[in-house]
Amino acid sequence: MITRRILMASVAALGLAGAAFADGHAKTKVGFVYVGPVGDGGWTYEHDQGRLAVEEAFGDAVETVYVENVAEGPDSERVMTQMALDGADLIFTTSFGYMDPTINVAKKFPNVKFEHATGYKRADNVSTYSARFYEGRAVQGHIAGKMTKSNIIGYIASYPIPEVIRGINAAYLHAKAVNPDVEFKIIWAFTWFDPQKEADSAKALIEQGADVVLQHTDSTAPQAAAQAAGNVVTFGQASDMAEYAPFPRVSSIIDNWAPYYIARTKAVMDGTWESVDTWDGIPTGMVKIGEITDAVPADVKAEALAMVEAMRKGEYHPFTGPINKQDGSAWLAEGETASDGDLAGMSFYVEGLTGDIPN
Amino acid sequence: MNFGAIDPVLLIASLMVAATPLIFAAIGELVVEKAGVLNLGVEGMMIVGAISGFIIAVETGSPMLGLLFAAIGGALLSLLFAILTQLALATQVPSGLALTLMGLGISSLMGQDYVGVKPPTMARLDIPVLSDLPVVGPILYSHDPALYLGLVLVACVWWFLNRSRAGLTLRAVGENAEAAFALGYKVVRIRVLAILFGGACAGVGGAYISLVRVPQWTEGMTAGIGWIALALVVFASWKPGRAMIGAYLFGGVTVLQLNLQAAGLAIPVEYLSMSPYIITILVLVFLSADRSSAPGSLGRIFHASR
Repeated sequence: MITRRILMASVAALGLAGAAFADGHAKTKVGFVYVGPVGDGGWTYEHDQGRLAVEEAFGDAVETVYVENVAEGPDSERVMTQMALDGADLIFTTSFGYMDPTINVAKKFPNVKFEHATGYKRADNVSTYSARFYEGRAVQGHIAGKMTKSNIIGYIASYPIPEVIRGINAAYLHAKAVNPDVEFKIIWAFTWFDPQKEADSAKALIEQGADVVLQHTDSTAPQAAAQAAGNVVTFGQASDMAEYAPFPRVSSIIDNWAPYYIARTKAVMDGTWESVDTWDGIPTGMVKIGEITDAVPADVKAEALAMVEAMRKGEYHPFTGPINKQDGSAWLAEGETASDGDLAGMSFYVEGLTGDIPN
Repeated sequence: MNFGAIDPVLLIASLMVAATPLIFAAIGELVVEKAGVLNLGVEGMMIVGAISGFIIAVETGSPMLGLLFAAIGGALLSLLFAILTQLALATQVPSGLALTLMGLGISSLMGQDYVGVKPPTMARLDIPVLSDLPVVGPILYSHDPALYLGLVLVACVWWFLNRSRAGLTLRAVGENAEAAFALGYKVVRIRVLAILFGGACAGVGGAYISLVRVPQWTEGMTAGIGWIALALVVFASWKPGRAMIGAYLFGGVTVLQLNLQAAGLAIPVEYLSMSPYIITILVLVFLSADRSSAPGSLGRIFHASR
């Protein structure tokens, strides 16, 4: 089934199957552009779960197509154009690097609705949506700070974009809060998905003393590296990665896109679709915290769950002052919380992190 | 010797692991190209080898058996290429590209039930005295057997191409297929064998990734290493020793730059990230100053009627 879809999608991408999709408008057609393979076990896997949920919810009334492993940049523009030509009514582009291509293609197809994940550029037919992953990072930071014995926490970052920087800052602030001696070692992998590079990064961090490794890349390779090392704690990223529970994976951030994808598809069917900017987190369930395993001490687990609950009720914001920037200048005053605008464009480390953010 | 937090011994040990998949794939492709065939399907054969080896290793519990079947899997896929290009006389470049696309598809189909499965670990060599030596022990005597197999393979291929009659025949076929044919050599048969050898090597390289380097199965996990191997063969001027140097450089600088980042070295990350590509290319271009050139019949279709 999946291969058939891949074949269909690849053929569509090659522009050979326009005729096969000529009847596309009988149903609402929803397209998905993925940055990795659907079997990555992380980011793309969860988007595809959302796609399957759309099929489940609407049955024969929708048709979904996807193209996986689409490189960010110009190539994605070609894939989106082909999807639009093939009669897609709604196209979800699920990676930050598709931002400009999405805007470009949307201009050419004013009647097609586009939804771009994690970006900040909108148009009349382009919505943006993202999840407040940093809420989950705060929980991870807390657990990491409590569990590290070497006081070195490794962080595999992907690209230097606000979403990733927010995650590093949120994790660091909460690790530091419970463990003042904690140090972050950060590797910028410059990829979302490359199991070999992710494994090498995890190994490099572990060899340099990290006993907790956080990742913002999409595959489970760092989990395997941690497992091989034996005494290193990890967290599932984007997906539960439960196959590495209870250890090394002690908890996870799960992206739950299904409700959003279903709601937006429904809006297109009803003709009520509007360009919006959605940024949901733990309160609405778009971000879920995967089970905290028994490898985490009971008191730490209780504290983490309390933090999750406080965020769910809106009582706690992970970026609550006083917080200084890396250069020592003040960012948030005592009790002040970060505005969404500040978070959306975050391009600086908080005080205490070392190294520079690449441009 | 200690550069900040980086332990050079661990670094060298892990760069050898990082270079090994590249060595296998590049050496296999090198032999194929020496026979005058350009197979751009390395990536596809690697990923099929990665999943074939993974499945067999998981099911039998033996990583070595996994490697064997990875070779068979890669060779089987390359057989398709051989049939297309040698018997059906299809053009080699698109056939190779198709092989890569197909390999990626087949591998994700085969691997559906193996996501998240943990493979059996390949026992590391443990020679009583040698492996315990300081510095030299961890670098030279404490790897998995497949890594040594890669080094032996390089030596064997070098000997085969330069010192054996069969190797000279293979090179003759690659340099001028018509002349070799006129001398009575079986051009098609030799090329098919070379293609199968290339497929087997790529398969083993792929399985090294899924069984040793990462170790797990993830769709698309070779992530472009097959293309690097292809480029490496060209920059190494079709010489096995240089291909090995290139693989070590590439693997080494890749691992080194990650370590430098983790150690917080004050070199901008952008430069570190591009360094594996640039340094490997620069060194190999420098090495290839002796104007060795591509095999004369590389990529050309051969048919006895011409």
